[in-house]
Amino acid sequence: MQTDNVQPPVTNLPEAGAVSHSTQQDNPARDFARAFFRHRSAVIGSVLVLIFIILAILAPVITPYDYTEPSADALAAPSAEHWFGTDDLGRDIFTRIVYGSRISLWVGFISIAGSIVVGSLLGLLAGYYGKWQDTLISRLFDIMLAFPSILLAIAIVAMLGPGLNNALIAIAIINIPTFGRLMRSRVLSVKVEDFVLAARAIGMKNSRILWHHILPNCWTPIMVQGTLSFATAVIEVAALGFLGLGAQPPDPEWGTMLSDARDYLQLAPWTMVFPGVAIMITVLGFNLLGDGLRDIFDPRMKQ
Amino acid sequence: MLAYTARRLLMLIPVLLGMSLIVFAVVHAIPGDPAKTIAGDKATPEQLQEIRKNLGLDQPVYIQYFKYLQALLQGDLGTSLVNKTKISEEIGPFLAATAELSFVAIAIALFFGINLGILSTWRQNSWLDYGSMFIALIGVSIPIFWLGLMEQWLFAQELGWFPSNGRLDPRMEYEPITYFYIIDALLFGDMAMLGDVLKHILLPAIALGTIPMAIIARMTRSSMLEVMRSDYVRTARAKGISEFLVIYKHTLKNAMIPILTVVGLQLGLLLGGAVLTETIFSWPGVGRYIYDAINSRDYPVIQSGILVLAFIFVMINLIVDLLYAWIDPRIQYGKE
Repeated sequence: MQTDNVQPPVTNLPEAGAVSHSTQQDNPARDFARAFFRHRSAVIGSVLVLIFIILAILAPVITPYDYTEPSADALAAPSAEHWFGTDDLGRDIFTRIVYGSRISLWVGFISIAGSIVVGSLLGLLAGYYGKWQDTLISRLFDIMLAFPSILLAIAIVAMLGPGLNNALIAIAIINIPTFGRLMRSRVLSVKVEDFVLAARAIGMKNSRILWHHILPNCWTPIMVQGTLSFATAVIEVAALGFLGLGAQPPDPEWGTMLSDARDYLQLAPWTMVFPGVAIMITVLGFNLLGDGLRDIFDPRMKQ
Repeated sequence: MLAYTARRLLMLIPVLLGMSLIVFAVVHAIPGDPAKTIAGDKATPEQLQEIRKNLGLDQPVYIQYFKYLQALLQGDLGTSLVNKTKISEEIGPFLAATAELSFVAIAIALFFGINLGILSTWRQNSWLDYGSMFIALIGVSIPIFWLGLMEQWLFAQELGWFPSNGRLDPRMEYEPITYFYIIDALLFGDMAMLGDVLKHILLPAIALGTIPMAIIARMTRSSMLEVMRSDYVRTARAKGISEFLVIYKHTLKNAMIPILTVVGLQLGLLLGGAVLTETIFSWPGVGRYIYDAINSRDYPVIQSGILVLAFIFVMINLIVDLLYAWIDPRIQYGKE
C-alpha cells in the first residue's frame, strides 16, 4: 500500500500537537511527564521494561548460579533452590532467563537503533529531495516489504550463517523500511511548513535545514514506532534462535532455550514454560509502552 | 478502476524483479561451493568442474542471473539438491497444506476477533471491554511458537484431546485429489476422515491465528466505536430495534471495510508465521519445507520456497488493494 505518497495540500494549518517549536512558554517536559504518569498502560509498560533492564544489569547479583556450567541436578522441578527448575544439563533456568534478558535487550536495542539510523537517513533523503532519490529508495522499500519479514530474516541469516550477531544484522535490515517510510512521510508534511519555507527563503543551506528544522520535528513518530518495533525484534530474535539460526548453545537466549526444551515437553514442562513467559512479558512491556507513547504524542490516534 | 488495476500491475514488475534479484543475491552470497556440496568431499577437481559447468556456475554472475530469471519465467524453480526432484513438481502439496492451514487460521481469527471487538464496544469501558482488549494485547505479545508448544503440551500430551502433529492419522491412507484434506474428505463423503483432519488442524490453526485474531479485535473495536456514533445508528436505536440487530446488522456492516483490509494484510503475514507453526506441528507445508531445507543446506529449495511465499504475499496484498479500491472508490484518487 502506498498511501504515504499523498502530499498534504499547502494550506499550512498548524497540525495539532504534532509540530511543536521550542519557543513555547510552557514546559513541554513537564507536560509530557504529567501525561505519561496519567497513562495507565504507559506506566505499566515502562515498569515491565524497567524490571527486565534491572535484571539484565544486576544479573550476577540476583542469582548465584552460573548460566553455562552443567550440574548433576538435571531436569529438577521448580523448588526453593531452583525457582524455575533446571534444564537437561542441570543449569538453573531462572539464572539463564535473567542472563537471557541481556541478550534480548541488547539485540533489540542495537538492531532497532541500527534500523532507525539507516531507515531515517534514507527516508530523509527520499522525502526531502524527491526526484530520483525518492523513486529509488521508495522502490527499494517496496521490494523489502514485499517479503514477509521473518522470511527475509531467515534468508539473510542463511546467507550470513547462523549466529547471534548475524541474527541481529538480519533484524536490523528487515526493520529499515518501516522507519524509512515513516520518516519519509513525516518529512513530506514538515518540509512545506512555514518555518522551513522561511529558512529556505533566507538562503539557509539544505544540510542545515534538514538537521535543525526538519529532523527535530520528525522524531516523535520514530520513537513511538521504535518502541513498538523493539517488541517485534525481541520476538524475532527468539524465533530465529528457536529455528537454530540465532544464538547458539550454550548462550542463554530465550528462543534457543525453548528449542532445547522441546525434547522434554512431557518430562519437564517447566523448561518450556518460563522462557516463553519471559519473552511474552518483555514484548508486552514494550507494546504497552509504545501504545502509551503513541496516545500521549498523538491524541488523535487514541482509541 | 481498469486504469488503476493496470497501473498497479505495472508497478508490480519492478517489485517482482527486485525480489528475484534479492533472493538470487542472497543464495549466491552463501559461503561454500555448491559443487562440493553436491559431489561430496571425495570429488576430483575434474568432477567439480563438470558439475559447475552443468550448473552454469562457471559463467559471469549477471549471465547466471538472467538464466535464472529465464527459468523462473518458464515456471522452473530449480532442482532440490537433496532428493534431486524438480521443486516446481513437488511444491504443490506443500502449498496446499499451507493454504489450508492459513484459511482455517484466518477463519478462527475472524470469528473470535470480530466478536471480541464487538464485546468490548458493546460495553465500552467496562470490565468486559478491558478484559477483551487485554486478551488482544496478550495475543499480539505472545510468541506463536511458544503458544504452539504450550498447546501441544496441554491439549495433546496432558489431556490427549488432539493429536500433536501431522495432517491426518497415518493409518488413514488415501489418494489425495486436491491436497486440501478438508475438501478431499468432503469429496469422499468420509466423515471419520473429516473429523480426524479437523482435529489435526485445530491446534496449529489456533497458534497461527492468534496474532491476526488480536489485531482484528482491536481494529473491530476502533472501527465499531466510530460507526456507533453516527446518526443512523442513533436512529435505529430510537426506532426500538434490538441491540443485537443494531450491532450485527447496522453497525458491523459499515465497520467492515477497515476490518477486511486488516484481514487481507494478515493473510499475507500468516505465510511468515507458517514457518514457525509448521515446524512445531510437523505440518507438511511450505514453511516446514523451507525449514527442512535450511537444516540440510538445500539452497535451491530455500531460494524457491521463499520466493514462492513472497510472490503469494505480494499477490494477496495486490488483491486486497484492488478490492479496497473497488469497495471504496475514494482510495484510488488519493494515490499519486
